[in-house]
Amino acid sequence: MRIVVCIKQVPDIAEMEKMETDSETGNIIREGLPAIVNPFDEYAMEEAVSWKERQGGEVIAVTMGPPQAEDALIKCLSMGADQAILLSDRQFAGSDTIATTLTLAGAIRKIGDFDLVLCGQQAIDGDTAQVGPMLAENLHIPQITYVSKLEMEGRYIKATREVEDGYEVVRCKLPALVTVVKGINVPRVPTYNNLSEAMDKEIPIWRAEDLDIEKDRLGLLGSPTAVTRIWTPESRSQGHVLRGGPSELAKQLAEVLLNPLQR
Amino acid sequence: MGIRIIFDKCTGCKKCVTGCPFGEIEVIEKKAVVKEGCTLCGACQEACEFEAIELKRPAFQGTADLEKYRGVFVFAEQRDGELRACTLELLGAGRRLADRLGQELATVLLGDGVEGLCQHLFAHGADKVYLADHPSLELYQTESYTAVLTAVISQYMPSIFLFGATTTGRDLAPRLASRVNTGLTADCTSLDIEAETGLLLQTRPAWGGNIMATIKTTNHRPQMATVRPNVMKKPTPDMGREGKIIHIPVNLDPKGIKARVVEVIKSNDRTVQIEEAEIVVSGGRGLQNAENFKVIESLAKTLGAAVGASRPVVDSGWKSHPHQVGQTGKTVQPKIYIACGISGAVQHRVGMETADMIIAINKDPDAPIMQIADYAVVGDLFQVVPELVKEIKSRTKKGESAV
Repeated sequence: MRIVVCIKQVPDIAEMEKMETDSETGNIIREGLPAIVNPFDEYAMEEAVSWKERQGGEVIAVTMGPPQAEDALIKCLSMGADQAILLSDRQFAGSDTIATTLTLAGAIRKIGDFDLVLCGQQAIDGDTAQVGPMLAENLHIPQITYVSKLEMEGRYIKATREVEDGYEVVRCKLPALVTVVKGINVPRVPTYNNLSEAMDKEIPIWRAEDLDIEKDRLGLLGSPTAVTRIWTPESRSQGHVLRGGPSELAKQLAEVLLNPLQR
Repeated sequence: MGIRIIFDKCTGCKKCVTGCPFGEIEVIEKKAVVKEGCTLCGACQEACEFEAIELKRPAFQGTADLEKYRGVFVFAEQRDGELRACTLELLGAGRRLADRLGQELATVLLGDGVEGLCQHLFAHGADKVYLADHPSLELYQTESYTAVLTAVISQYMPSIFLFGATTTGRDLAPRLASRVNTGLTADCTSLDIEAETGLLLQTRPAWGGNIMATIKTTNHRPQMATVRPNVMKKPTPDMGREGKIIHIPVNLDPKGIKARVVEVIKSNDRTVQIEEAEIVVSGGRGLQNAENFKVIESLAKTLGAAVGASRPVVDSGWKSHPHQVGQTGKTVQPKIYIACGISGAVQHRVGMETADMIIAINKDPDAPIMQIADYAVVGDLFQVVPELVKEIKSRTKKGESAV
């Protein structure tokens, strides 16, 4: 079993107020922000590593990002990935999800011979949830999204996906791409030893010329969508403060809830 | 655009034949042959294990003949033969866009025995329904739905194509956008037409609503977007309104589908549908244990609301993950969000901050959630919430309008 896990380095949400945007392109400037592995991707990593531990095989973590995204890959190695590959090139900058998935697909084709691609359901900065399905399309393999339980049956997987009104069980032959939700597992916390071993591993950097993709399909140039305006909405402020005994508070709240004019 | 079989690679295995939703490919003398009615949907390429099918799609620099793409299309999402609320909301938004452009509003409806829904789509503003009615389309499955919609796009060339940002829309739209090579903007909360260019302005929150971004797809068609449920206003239906049904022929062999739904497990618990609920009542660490969650559930029941939970509550196992609101859970935008015993860490706020109205009930007047609440109720939830349930029950009995 050869599993590729696509991960993203994202800014720590608690530090969001320090964020800046490029006034020309509207893209977010990520430099200087504390960075973490996208939380959903940790579930994908854990799932991959635990399958490897049970069935044998290999786990390869891949990310596209600036040079410092290496830190996120070190975390993946410390969680048990056998290899990590960083896709980093100025030409990748400004990619929307179409250009991103084309680049990732190029890298995964170069890795070759994979059985399963795992992704987190979405990244906490962009929240698009588009990379999984678009990557699957680029690789011409089926996708199963929002998966909260994954089982293997020989060359088949059985995945339980969370939908609004319950669950769907989807069966599919490998290779396939699966995006996972939080409930699927509890990611391990690497030990100090895991981490120091991971820091000794070499992380190859693949540039645009290492991938078999036309230049004008990469980055900003290869992105059909463009951000034209970006702004910070007025933050919410406090409205009414209600104090008093329980029954008094209940009366005031009932008024708010039941009287449309109060809303 | 075009399709070509690479004969050296084709083994005559017929996987493409079972994979084609429209019966437009056959195997003659052990080689695949594409028939004239091919819609270039790409299902055969997906099915082929030998990379023997080459498909040329619009150039990546942009879609050819941009001006030929006209009309606003809405994906009509049905589940168990019922239209989802977000589809009707999208029809309202789509109608406004279509009127501004002076173009038509069409919906694309897929399912089995769903023709009866067309009247509702017309009543809510659709001029046309492209209907693909076939047993194999009863359940949403990525591959079959993507193939049919790709064919609809190739043939009818919409300028704008909108989807609800549901688990279905968010699974289908990106796959489709990638296949037809166009841009897609996720989870929009506002849509407009740019006066000078007629382009779709797609506005969405990012970074949990701390940033708003307007996005355009200038050179590719259709301009695709998913739209967050609960944000657009549902139009008032006019049951007398008429429209035109265009049948999309489907000849899908279910054997060709690789990822197949083998079981559907319906949750009896409607309070879990927090993304589409008008009111969400959420509980946090202040509940102290799982047992106490019944206080929240009783208020939710009284209000017909869904039940949300903060991350600590889910991590402690008091509520299951589908109830979680926030960064690693769901983003909700209800009319009213009632946070009980939730302190309001940023990880929670990003999942609910865009609610129309926030009511927070907390002992601590300085809790972060209280600073963003429209009604910050300082009190013990174990006393206030049961009183509130009693109060609402007694008032609604007296004939006041229920929520």
